[in-house]
Amino acid sequence: MLLSQYLFFFLSFVAVLSALMVILDKNPVHSVLFLIVTFFAIAGHYLLLNAQFLAVTHIIVYAGAIMVLFLYVIMMLNLNKEIEPHKKNIPKVAAVISAGVLMMCLVALLKGAEVQMLPAARNSNIGLVDSLGKVLFKEYMLPFEVSSVLFLAAMVGAVFLSKKEIH
Amino acid sequence: MKDVIIGIPIQWYIYLSVALFCIGVLGVLFRRNAIIIFMCVELMLNAVNLLMVAFSRYFGDTSGQVFVFFVMVVAAAEVAVGLAILMMIFRNTKSTDIDTLNRLKW
Repeated sequence: MLLSQYLFFFLSFVAVLSALMVILDKNPVHSVLFLIVTFFAIAGHYLLLNAQFLAVTHIIVYAGAIMVLFLYVIMMLNLNKEIEPHKKNIPKVAAVISAGVLMMCLVALLKGAEVQMLPAARNSNIGLVDSLGKVLFKEYMLPFEVSSVLFLAAMVGAVFLSKKEIH
Repeated sequence: MKDVIIGIPIQWYIYLSVALFCIGVLGVLFRRNAIIIFMCVELMLNAVNLLMVAFSRYFGDTSGQVFVFFVMVVAAAEVAVGLAILMMIFRNTKSTDIDTLNRLKW
């Protein structure tokens, strides 16, 4: 077995296990921490796929910004294990069955897929800042600008929603 | 670092993404805490991101990785607004249990 295959299995194992722990752990803070572990494993996969810039961005945006936001909200709401809502057993069983059926369908659908590696894939530096920046600022200029407007709208919306109403 | 993906077939990445996506779906159906449900939505978005990066690498096309950027942008905006809504719900109902919000239930 090659070193890259060992790395793939190790990272996949960490990602799937901590993703399961996210939904099985009762304490919301532990869930957030396990989700951060999952994100780091996915960033490792990005490095394995030679998408270095995306790996760094992924860690900065997800582990650095989004999960900190989650942690702050959990801290402000003061959530813990005691006020965690309890669910009846029948919806839980139904949830497990439907997720399992979805997974079986997707695997059965994708099992026979034959994917050939294109000759263009021999060029392994597509994930570097150089080529990524060229595509982003030439072909995807308009979506890039529109996404900044989206961010502005989200920022105004978040500030407006979380503001206390003055009577 | 050049030929590191040669030993890994793309099917492995497809199965890994399917597994992560289904764990996200399971979390959305399984848990009642709205914050955990948000986190599971993030997990699903990440599964799709991983598959997009894998395909872009195997096909030698940069556009897939640019799309991952836009997915990250939308995810960040969604989390900011969603958590603000969640704070407001908590202020009104004193819980993050989604079953207390059943007014639209038929």
